[in-house]
Amino acid sequence: MAAPGGFSGTDFRKEEAYFLGFTQAQVMAFVVLIAFLLISPFFLYPVFLMKLLCFALFACAFNLLVGYVGLLSFGHAAYFGMGGYLTGHAAKVWGLPPELSILLGGLVGAALGLVIGWIAIRRQGIYFAMITLAFAQMVYFFCVQAPFTGGEDGIQSIPRGYFLGFLDLSRDLNMYWLTAGVFLAGFLLIHRIVHSPFGMVLKSIRENEPRATSLGYRTDDYKLMAFVLSAGLAGVAGGLKSIVFGIATLTDVFWTMSGEVVLMSLVGGLGTIFGPFVGAAVIITMQNYLAEFGAWVTVIQGAIFVLCVLAFRRGLVGEIGNWLRVRL
Amino acid sequence: MSPPRRPLLAALGGLAAMPATRLRAQNALGGRTIRIGVLTDMSGPYRDPTGMGSVACVQQAVADFAGALGLSAEVIQADHQNRPDIGSSIARQWYDQGVDAIVDVPTTSVALAVSTIARQKNKVFLNSGAASTELTGAACSPNTAHWAYDTYMLAKGTGAAVTRTGGESWFFVTADYAFGTVLQRDVTQFVEAEGGRVLGSVRYPFPATTDFSSFLLQAQASRAKVLGLANAGTDTANCIIQAREFGLTRRMRLVGLLMSLSEVHALGLPAAQELLLTESFYWDLNERSRAFAERVQPRMPNRAMPGAVHAGCYSAVAHYLKAAAALGPAVTQLDGAAVIAGMKAMPTDDDAFGPGRLREDGRKLHPAHLFQVKSPEESRGPWDYYKPVATTAAENAFRPIQEGGCPLVRSPAL
Repeated sequence: MAAPGGFSGTDFRKEEAYFLGFTQAQVMAFVVLIAFLLISPFFLYPVFLMKLLCFALFACAFNLLVGYVGLLSFGHAAYFGMGGYLTGHAAKVWGLPPELSILLGGLVGAALGLVIGWIAIRRQGIYFAMITLAFAQMVYFFCVQAPFTGGEDGIQSIPRGYFLGFLDLSRDLNMYWLTAGVFLAGFLLIHRIVHSPFGMVLKSIRENEPRATSLGYRTDDYKLMAFVLSAGLAGVAGGLKSIVFGIATLTDVFWTMSGEVVLMSLVGGLGTIFGPFVGAAVIITMQNYLAEFGAWVTVIQGAIFVLCVLAFRRGLVGEIGNWLRVRL
Repeated sequence: MSPPRRPLLAALGGLAAMPATRLRAQNALGGRTIRIGVLTDMSGPYRDPTGMGSVACVQQAVADFAGALGLSAEVIQADHQNRPDIGSSIARQWYDQGVDAIVDVPTTSVALAVSTIARQKNKVFLNSGAASTELTGAACSPNTAHWAYDTYMLAKGTGAAVTRTGGESWFFVTADYAFGTVLQRDVTQFVEAEGGRVLGSVRYPFPATTDFSSFLLQAQASRAKVLGLANAGTDTANCIIQAREFGLTRRMRLVGLLMSLSEVHALGLPAAQELLLTESFYWDLNERSRAFAERVQPRMPNRAMPGAVHAGCYSAVAHYLKAAAALGPAVTQLDGAAVIAGMKAMPTDDDAFGPGRLREDGRKLHPAHLFQVKSPEESRGPWDYYKPVATTAAENAFRPIQEGGCPLVRSPAL
């Protein structure tokens, strides 16, 4: 796929790292993000915010692959959903504490990513997308049939439990702080990955893979590593979501979920650090607050998608960054 | 960069800010007004049998009863898009922000999630749209009541009645997921109890199947008298149309195990004629059901006739309001379990279902009717679709209370 983000050829004044790999503009945006996370639960409904953060983490994980390596996976629902199922099963049936259950969800996502990624990265472009979609559909059919997933009823009444044995997560605000913490950790991890030497190689693969190969990099290894990291983080996001809502269902492994995360990343801005968060916020807000308009939700979503593809090719954050001439 | 982008960005920003103001406006309400939220499918496969029709029927129940009982009630609505995550987050938000009862909720996964939340927050959940017997079985709750129908009622009403009326050999085309396989298992049990035989069955992958020809040909080769369709929605419609094209209907009786009036309407009588199905409500059943249908029809989308789930929403809310009036609005808003207990304590009676009662496990009892779809010649006009074949009495139509495994039920034997 062509270089997403479209940064090549744009002149940015504040290219150089300013703080921990952040540019000056990114530091400002990060401060705004932290402030939002700290203040918002007192103004907005915490469960809505938690949902937003779960999807934001999912979109960030997806963006790591599509935005920085240029691999468009169309099967990320598989890692997200399986992470959710395993976390739910671990918390409900095995009685594990929430932090271990979520970790397990992440591990399952990563393991699944290792297997599927190992096969999928051998092809590029549309073939890569189709292979990931095909495997995701296999995972979906597995989830329809496997006894532990509860078929179309899903895993219901997953207990939130106690974080580290003392923090009562059944209180929404406590659950919110945990969710915000996990999201921030994932967000910073992705930022660190992108700005490490490893991340530089990933971006070089995105820009020109044969050239990266000719420089002596084993690009397949790098791509697989990025795939596993992305799938693992998607698994963590899915696990977090099933703890927050107490349910894990087929919706999370269905292909429309893979489409939704593509939509979030596109609306927010591919290849930008803050884009997926903004994209997830826009889509989740619409789903939540436009629910009373019935069938119009999907129509409005579609219209916004078309608008973004036509008018904001770089996504919301990408366009704002371009307008202010900074990298966000 | 072209100029129109900035205003567009600003407009999107405005869109994001809008919900916050809406929320505050909703918070300002509340007080002693009973708030009823209709959480339903408005955009997916169940939007016709549930959807805006359910909203219309809840509004009708409020118009018929709230004022007369001295209550003030308000109805709000939302689309859960058949997604448990969206449904459960709306339900949480509604309950936290002063909604006292949630009504309808088709799709079992969403209904089970809402039932759990209603119990946690001690509110009321009046289910009409979801079919699973789980809601009044292992997952039953003191805060949940189940109206209209369930899979057991469908299986018994159809399986036993069809076998008794001469359809003694069956073949199933079954959607290969829990709903389809459970439905087939239940119907098989009633067919065999009546002395019938199941000659075979075929499972097809769900939800990716649209061409049913090979499955229908297997059914034809079995020489069974009855073809049972253990599936729902568009799958059933596709099966019926394709079965007619293959000429199966000349030798076999087609039985839709989960069909509703709106689906027959969508299929049209030429395709759906002679189909057998079980429903708990039909608008042209008697004087009272016709009176109810006439009242609500102007509110219905496209002036459709109400179906069983719609009628279930009406009946459930009517009974809820009666219990609420007996307890007073203050207790109603404080203690959902008390309202449900009050609903169980008094007999139900409304135009849609006539007299009945709400059982201890949350199951609403009323008769189940086996209908046959009329041929185009027999039909006297729009929505005149069914002729009654058999009726199962209320006490026999649903799963016996001891078989459900509901923890709320104290077993006298033990």
